[in-house]
Amino acid sequence: MTEKHPHKHAAEQPDGKSHEASPSEEETSAAVTLDTAGGAMGPSAVPVTAQGGQLPGGPDTLVRKIFTGSGMVSVLAVLLALILGGLLIASTDRQVGTTAGYLFARPTDFLSAVWNAATRSYIALFQGSVFNPRGSSLAGQFAPLMETLTIATPLITAGLGVALAFRAGLFNIGAQGQIIMAGILAAWVGFALHLPMGLHLLLVLVAGIIGGAVWGGLVGLLKARTGAHEVILTIMFNYIALYFLRYLLNTPAFQRPGESNPISPILDPSAVYPQIFGSQYRLHLGFVLAIAATVLVWWLLNRSTVGFEFRAVGANPKAAQTAGINVSRSTILVMAIAGALAGLSGVAQVAGTEKVLTDGVAATYGFDAITVALLGRSTPWGTFAAGLLFGAFRAGAVQMQIQTGTPIDIVLVVQSLIVLFIAAPPLVRAVFGLNPRRRKPASAGRSQKAATTGGAA
Amino acid sequence: MSTTATSPLPGPGGPGSRQSGSDDALATSAKPVTWKTPVLLSVLGLIAFVFFGLMGPQQTASFGISTSGDFFQLPALQVQAFLAGLVLSVIMLGLAGYAIYLKTKDRAAPSWLPILFIVLFVAAFLIWVVGGARTPSISLAGLIAGSVTLAVPLVFGSLSGVLCERVGVVNIAIEGQLLGGAFTAAMVATMTGNPFIGLVAAAVAGAVVSMVLAVFSIKYLVNQIIVGVVLNVLVSGVTGFLFSTVMQANKAQFNTPDRLPIIDIPVLSSIPIIGPILFRQSLVGYLMYVAVIVVWVGLFKTRWGLRVRAVGEHPQAADTMGIKVNATRFWNVTLGGAIAGIGGSFFTLVAIDSFTKEISGGRGFIALAALIFGRWNPIGAFFAALLFGFADNLQSIVTIIGTPVPSQFMSMLPYLVTVLAVAGLVGRSRPPAASGIPYVKG
Repeated sequence: MTEKHPHKHAAEQPDGKSHEASPSEEETSAAVTLDTAGGAMGPSAVPVTAQGGQLPGGPDTLVRKIFTGSGMVSVLAVLLALILGGLLIASTDRQVGTTAGYLFARPTDFLSAVWNAATRSYIALFQGSVFNPRGSSLAGQFAPLMETLTIATPLITAGLGVALAFRAGLFNIGAQGQIIMAGILAAWVGFALHLPMGLHLLLVLVAGIIGGAVWGGLVGLLKARTGAHEVILTIMFNYIALYFLRYLLNTPAFQRPGESNPISPILDPSAVYPQIFGSQYRLHLGFVLAIAATVLVWWLLNRSTVGFEFRAVGANPKAAQTAGINVSRSTILVMAIAGALAGLSGVAQVAGTEKVLTDGVAATYGFDAITVALLGRSTPWGTFAAGLLFGAFRAGAVQMQIQTGTPIDIVLVVQSLIVLFIAAPPLVRAVFGLNPRRRKPASAGRSQKAATTGGAA
Repeated sequence: MSTTATSPLPGPGGPGSRQSGSDDALATSAKPVTWKTPVLLSVLGLIAFVFFGLMGPQQTASFGISTSGDFFQLPALQVQAFLAGLVLSVIMLGLAGYAIYLKTKDRAAPSWLPILFIVLFVAAFLIWVVGGARTPSISLAGLIAGSVTLAVPLVFGSLSGVLCERVGVVNIAIEGQLLGGAFTAAMVATMTGNPFIGLVAAAVAGAVVSMVLAVFSIKYLVNQIIVGVVLNVLVSGVTGFLFSTVMQANKAQFNTPDRLPIIDIPVLSSIPIIGPILFRQSLVGYLMYVAVIVVWVGLFKTRWGLRVRAVGEHPQAADTMGIKVNATRFWNVTLGGAIAGIGGSFFTLVAIDSFTKEISGGRGFIALAALIFGRWNPIGAFFAALLFGFADNLQSIVTIIGTPVPSQFMSMLPYLVTVLAVAGLVGRSRPPAASGIPYVKG
């Protein structure tokens, strides 16, 4: 299957022969070799190209940087995902179906119906997430933007947690469970204790962060002590947290008095985040904390010793161990911090957006956080931007469903396609015809030989 | 980071360190016998002793063995719950003590020990739950038959995982393959009016999901866990979208598949307990047994299987011997997807007769756990999946008979067991060495 393809010979020896390989293939192979430590471990979640530093493989011209750089690939990936999503919307559209019946008689009808179906949904999406021109006042027109920021808040903080773990080479699929545990603790402090203004909110915040940190740190501990794989552990911990929450919501301590549904009492007014732009928007202090968390994670990763250790462990745990870094300690610490960040999302949910604890407290934020971190290439500000984008998708999708009947699920499709495409830059470049020209077949044969002998030598 | 990036690359075909394994292997391959298993067994044994033994219920638990259709009737099993809990937990403590004794002699516990321990623990737990219920009587035959039924998609899913991981590709996308299979089965079976065509379509759908995983992880060298996670979201989105737009708009035309008939083998199906689980199944159920055996024989007794395992353990050596590593990986992953797709058809063609959003409900992840619990072995994965199916079924039964344990904790049980399993009970389980690592020829 893949055998016949020229890509097969992508692995070039870096010395001498590299000028024969096309730049993109050579870059891919070099990146993979770097990424897998020469094939000793799985490729990291963070493409090596995103981790800073220049790749070996010839000088980068400005033009090439612009058209093949990761920024361009990200934009094209989003574009490609939107196009495919649009086609999916169009394929189920009634008008498109009708016009397809006389496709060969009047193809323009069909094409315009496809265009209309897709753009109508996307326009509704935009109006529901950024700016609604039909709003009665300026405040009403920008209400969708505020809603986007509100939904982006938990996505950003949970995404930061996932991204941080990625940088240390850990797959934190457990943001969902960490949000839930944080939500449980924060909500309990919020409605069960009655404390003065300020102190109460602070305690809610601390409780939530501890809840997330413990739940995340526990995974780190199990991983460090027993070698269990964190992907399995975090997935299982998500379910354990969810059923624990469902149990609690049926106990007298958590269930709202006189209520048969599993729902907690409303949090005290002293325990909730103040709203930033007044009571007309749901946007709350959690968004400011999300910005602060982004700065903090940036500092942690790029300026602190601990962050350097995280990255070293992520790049190559064995090398880090040899260099005297305590890998177990890093694993536990990074999972605890990741949990704490997800915990911020839990607090943002119970003390900001919802003001109450239900079993849908985490919605799907924990899972979306994974795609957010991947889209943001696990850099703090990239994750922030990705959180805003996905927040916009979420907020807009609600409006889109109301206005055009396009189901919210389309957002999942577009989101996952974006991440898939971003993870495979050669594919995106190939679709848009941006790949540098391939080698001639003759030189391919030669270089294969060279590579084989090079590997054996 | 940048210093690594700018330095000259080490050749990918370096010295033997290349296949030293993933970090899992790093932790478990250490030779000295660890305290993990003895400690874990002791803790569980003590829990059993206190809760199932000392604090055990005083009722007599009754387990029905025969159903009215069986051709000979066996009396129901009567167990004094308190006494049974005490005896079983003491045996468990004995096993834990034996493990500790072996550890002091620096010997690992034999592999039968944790398995026997699990069986005893499950039995004691079952007696304790039933003994403490309002109506302390359940049908053991029904419990086991239900467990097998619930385990069917798990078994197919974990077989898919076994095939993929044995060849060196981590398959987190089992959930997506199950869901894709379930959706396609419902849709095609309704449109053609034939559930058997739906079954084939489900296999194709699972294979297509798998091919995406294969292309991205083998050709584009994307991290396999990422592709898996994202594929789950993608399949969930696509099926959810099509369900809302196509299926709900015209249910009769797209979402009312006929069920696969239950094939009852005369006489044999009347044997108590094993009759219904072995000889009264749908086609998917029978296929499950066939698939387990075929995959096991294929992997461990044939030349094909040897090659597959070689690719998963040491792709470079396999390549040197002339095995096409990436082609082998591609087709194995595709085959795995097809198997998971058949498992997905269970939801819409056997269990209930329509598709709903997220019908697989996270069972793909349980299948993943079963595969690890079963030590990357088809037979092991089969029994692990049965255990999870048992826990799932027990949870719904105890809700009916009314036990002191909240149902949420019963639902939590499979996940807790999995955590315990991956953290210690599995012992020296080791994933295929090259699992998760793309192969770049060079």
